[in-house]
Amino acid sequence: MTLLDVQQVRHSFGGLVALDQVSFRVEPGQIKGLIGPNGAGKTTLFNIISGLLKPDQGRVTFHGAPIHHLQPFQIARRGLSRTFQNPSLFLHMTVLENVMVGRHCRSHAGFGACAFRWPGQRREEREIRDAALAQLEHLDLVRLAGEPAGSLAFGQRRMVELARALATTPELLLLDEPASGLNTREKEDLAGVIRRIRDRGVTMLLVEHDMSLVMALSDDILVLHNGTPIAEGSPSVIQADSNVVRVYLGGDFEHAVAGQKSEMRLR
Amino acid sequence: MTRLAKSWLPFAALAAIAVFVQRILPTAHLTQITMSLYYAIVVMGLCLVMGYAGQVSMGHGAFFAIGGYTTAVLTTYNFAPWKQSGWAGLLRQLHVLVLKEDLYGGELLTTTPWTAFVVAMLLTFVAAHLIGYPALRLKGHYLAMATLGFGLIVHKLVLGSTLTGSADGITAVPPWNLGLGLVVSGKRVVRVQNYYIAVVLVLLLLLVLRNLVQSRVGRAFQAIHNREAAANAMGINTSAFKLKAFVASALLAALAGVFFTHYAGGISPSEAGAIKSVRYLALAAASGMANLWGAAVVSTAINFGSLRGWFGSLDQAVFGALLILIISLAPEGPLKPAGLWLQRALGWLVPTRPAAPFPTAPATPGAAPRAGE
Repeated sequence: MTLLDVQQVRHSFGGLVALDQVSFRVEPGQIKGLIGPNGAGKTTLFNIISGLLKPDQGRVTFHGAPIHHLQPFQIARRGLSRTFQNPSLFLHMTVLENVMVGRHCRSHAGFGACAFRWPGQRREEREIRDAALAQLEHLDLVRLAGEPAGSLAFGQRRMVELARALATTPELLLLDEPASGLNTREKEDLAGVIRRIRDRGVTMLLVEHDMSLVMALSDDILVLHNGTPIAEGSPSVIQADSNVVRVYLGGDFEHAVAGQKSEMRLR
Repeated sequence: MTRLAKSWLPFAALAAIAVFVQRILPTAHLTQITMSLYYAIVVMGLCLVMGYAGQVSMGHGAFFAIGGYTTAVLTTYNFAPWKQSGWAGLLRQLHVLVLKEDLYGGELLTTTPWTAFVVAMLLTFVAAHLIGYPALRLKGHYLAMATLGFGLIVHKLVLGSTLTGSADGITAVPPWNLGLGLVVSGKRVVRVQNYYIAVVLVLLLLLVLRNLVQSRVGRAFQAIHNREAAANAMGINTSAFKLKAFVASALLAALAGVFFTHYAGGISPSEAGAIKSVRYLALAAASGMANLWGAAVVSTAINFGSLRGWFGSLDQAVFGALLILIISLAPEGPLKPAGLWLQRALGWLVPTRPAAPFPTAPATPGAAPRAGE
């Protein structure tokens, strides 16, 4: 069964149409790449899927149920989590606390239970802590657990944000340019991490500008241009697609294909 | 030090300071400390909503006044004319109303303080929801605007209404018998007892608030304060949690108002004034915002000085200058650097063991532990 189904989504900011007639599906277990030049509407699409924006038209269904009218926190509870293009950690909290926030939607202790430490609250608090530590361990971040998130380097912030998103135990994870700002080594590590996450059964939708990373990781790729899908298919199909090549390089088609291919190999 | 000892140490230290203060100060001065402790509860509440959840309230004086005036009106309003009616009899049996004699031997049928307390809390609960619900569904400083307007309205209402005694306020509020021989009252014979009632109340609330901020709910507050959109995307119902923090904080202010009014034996309209709300706000800032211990200690100390008249007729000015000084010299509140010095001093005396594998406090020496840790 299709995990995520986006149908005919349209969104505009004032007069600017950011997305129009966007339809695609994400099947369980796959890594779907989402590429396109800057301004193609990739982040807008992410914001619509995760509930931060409401589409003007169209439907987004997750597990067969419509989610486009829901608040972000409700969507997170249903098992759809995300990271942000600019890591948006809670900077005044420790790394461990950040990841523990990810367990929020999988725990229940209310105001009174927390204020008066009612029975069960301590146990749940321990479970939250253990689950958060387990996520940090998966990503090899345990040594940072006690650090304030604000003191971390950029690459570390990305990984902690990933751990936080994973702590919500998502079925579908949206990754918004996870490799941007990372150095070559960190990118290699990231590719390994993303594969491990997939092996744990998490489906991913990946926005990324690093072509070699997208091509290497994705099972399937959707190309957006000016807010509309122009191509969809496996990495090899996309690399051979004339529309895609024209969009990325512009102008002369024959020359462009050769150029694009060599560039992709170089990167 | 074990983790358990560490978490109880601040409470023990504060209790010890409280006993020490009571021993060295003349009993007459305890009155002003007791009042300052009640004011400190308002600041602790602000610390929760502002310091942790990041929502600014400019109307906490009004919530204090709602608590105080509700109890003052109910416990002084004379229901004697309806003494014979069936409902009055029923309410007397339920201990909602109580028959007493006034100074001149007249009959006085008034609401019991416990009932008034419950009504005050319910009223505040409703008022805080009415203000907070629409304002907190939006991002931004709408709560500050809404609470500022609310504070001005409450101030005008208590000033203009005969029920609340207009500009004179309400006096002759009866003592509040808490049970177990404890009476909230400003009478000289129970002055020491009342000081300790306030101390214990503050300590209990500190305990409850510390539990709260170190829990799932407290983390949700901090997450909202840090990045609201990310908090929402991580599954936190941000509007609901902002509202919870605000209502809890308003209830604390009203609770303080109820105790204060019984202790002082009355309440005046100035308690509802905008200047009071700003003062609470400034005290919360001077305490280090997300620092419950600072809120309790700093605000009690500064208010005590102010109530003792140390600052004379320049009260507001000295108060302001003191705040500027604290905020510029110790922006995270004076308790934090003081705590670090103390830690360092203790470190010389007691050799420390290596840190636990997963300390909740930051492991770097430069970063200070946060409130309540």
